[in-house]
Amino acid sequence: MAELSNAPAPSPEALVDIYRRMIRIERNDDAIRKTIRLGRLVMPYYSARGQEVIPATISSLLTDDDKICTIYRGIHDMVAKDMPLRPLWAEIAGRVDGTCKGKGGPMHLTHPETGVMVTTGIVGSSMPIANGLAWAAKLDGSKRVTIAYFGDGASNIGAFHEALNLASVWKLPVIFVCQNNGFAEHTRYENGTSVDFIAKRAIGYGMPGHTVDGNDPLAMYAAAHEAITRAREGEGPTLLECKTFRFLGHVLGDDDKYMTKEEKAAAIAKDPLPAFKAWLVAQGHATEDQLAQMQAKIEAEVEDAQEFGLASPLPSVDELRRDVFAEEMPA
Amino acid sequence: MTAKKMNSLQAVNSALAQAMAEDDKVLVLGEDVADREGGGVTGATAGLSTRFGDDRVKSTPISEQAIIGAAIGAALAGYKPVAEIMLMNFTTVCMDMIFNHAAKLRFMSGGQSTVPITIRTLTGAGWQTAGQHADHLEGWFAHTAGIKVVAPSTPADYKGLLLSCIQDPDPCIFIESAGSLFIPGEVDEVATPIPLGKARIVQEGTDITIISWSSQVLRCQAALPALAEAGISAELIDLRTVSPWDREAVLASVAKTGRALVAHEAVRDFGPGGEIAATIAEELFGQLKAPVRRLGAPKSPVPFAKVLEDAYIVSPDRVADAVKALMA
Repeated sequence: MAELSNAPAPSPEALVDIYRRMIRIERNDDAIRKTIRLGRLVMPYYSARGQEVIPATISSLLTDDDKICTIYRGIHDMVAKDMPLRPLWAEIAGRVDGTCKGKGGPMHLTHPETGVMVTTGIVGSSMPIANGLAWAAKLDGSKRVTIAYFGDGASNIGAFHEALNLASVWKLPVIFVCQNNGFAEHTRYENGTSVDFIAKRAIGYGMPGHTVDGNDPLAMYAAAHEAITRAREGEGPTLLECKTFRFLGHVLGDDDKYMTKEEKAAAIAKDPLPAFKAWLVAQGHATEDQLAQMQAKIEAEVEDAQEFGLASPLPSVDELRRDVFAEEMPA
Repeated sequence: MTAKKMNSLQAVNSALAQAMAEDDKVLVLGEDVADREGGGVTGATAGLSTRFGDDRVKSTPISEQAIIGAAIGAALAGYKPVAEIMLMNFTTVCMDMIFNHAAKLRFMSGGQSTVPITIRTLTGAGWQTAGQHADHLEGWFAHTAGIKVVAPSTPADYKGLLLSCIQDPDPCIFIESAGSLFIPGEVDEVATPIPLGKARIVQEGTDITIISWSSQVLRCQAALPALAEAGISAELIDLRTVSPWDREAVLASVAKTGRALVAHEAVRDFGPGGEIAATIAEELFGQLKAPVRRLGAPKSPVPFAKVLEDAYIVSPDRVADAVKALMA
């Protein structure tokens, strides 16, 4: 872990809370993949295994009132934001008890109670909408912040550029969080992006931009703390580029031909989860036993959610007529 | 209630002012909309930022995706934004935000998210603005589930329907059309919203039903004297809302007249006229005295040269000729 002397130091409780969010993401991801492989869930799955530190750290600094807009590879963002797992599982299984009654599915989860406002399947679209939520916070006179999560590929979409420019001109309390895992679908970063660091693009929009080791909770904490504080104090947006790696390719079942076995193995060898756990124990912030108990509790929560979700009834076909508009469509 | 003579552009301004005064959740955003930028290129939003403040009336960069995205986000947080996309052809730049997000978020969220945004936009051939400034694209939007499409033709309707769009809990696209924008009419200073999805009978008749909307209604109206002269009693319906459209009013009228002509400024092929004509044919097949006919623009971009543009537009003469052919 990087030790940043001038950064606000997270308390031991905050660090353990970041770990809790990370392990909740990882255990949930593991359960989703197993359930898909067993044929009990049918869905396209974009695992974020390896990217846990980013939303876990950011969410540890957010309240339920703060908003996030995320993308199809975003279940880790929701889990980090403490979205309850039962409606999450029911939704990815396409069931009535899902947070969206089974109509959104894994790429369009919404849960306003925990601030999960939009999940989009269109690359780059989280940012313009996050701006509007941030504008509303400003109009409300509130201190809440909005996070727009997106991947490195999205920084090449027009919406990214339009959104950053507008956020800067309007001084919006929004943080653009790029989870740069090195690949846009199958295209290697440097074959699709003109700059060596996405954070550089912030200069063009008159806002601070930082490239952070997205697998290092201390570095992430310092960068996120600064950006969130800045937004809450009305000083405007920040672009955070958080460098990470996705362990399981673009979509589950992906054969990873576009990366070398060596680079993948090297990234997995640096898996931030066991590394952070070992560090927490070595620093005396938690004992092995405490973390094992935490994990067992999370595993029970995931198992309960999985059973609940898969047992939930399928939506009635009448639902096709509902929620298109506020008023029901004629039969 | 005091009525005032104003044109449709002034009616839009009056509707925005009334809505903003009645509800402080109503916001206005778009390119050049604030008074610092002149209150809009057409002046549709003039005076609003001075009266309601720069926080509620925000000029934006030329960034259509950012405009609609900001409107959607603010709507998700409880506001009622009215976004101006200066010209309808520019909606193509932000179709992702309109089509994939504004129109679908209610459904995809299982009813948790509501996106009460209004998108005001201006279009219409006849002003030699050519291929990228004058298309009538209501068919694109009408084809999309989750968005309402409104296209008025009179100043009173501009005001009453815009008020309804702003109050509507779902996204609405409000199409202003150059051909009807500067024609004056009586408008209530404090107007009552006109319900969406309800047509207006412009003229009653017994021989044929002409169905139209937006500026094309005015061209159909201009054809009425020639038809009366020819002894044809035409009923003219202004649909006002293209989606949802007033099926009941149209079917009741055609059931009475036995003949129907749909006339619109949008390109005829795959246009909204096809949907209306097909519905009439499905519902009233046995009662029709002639096949349902459609008039629309040719499948060509809007041309520049006046002679071509005149040929592009469905003129009153073409409406009259089509009606006469159906009566023959």
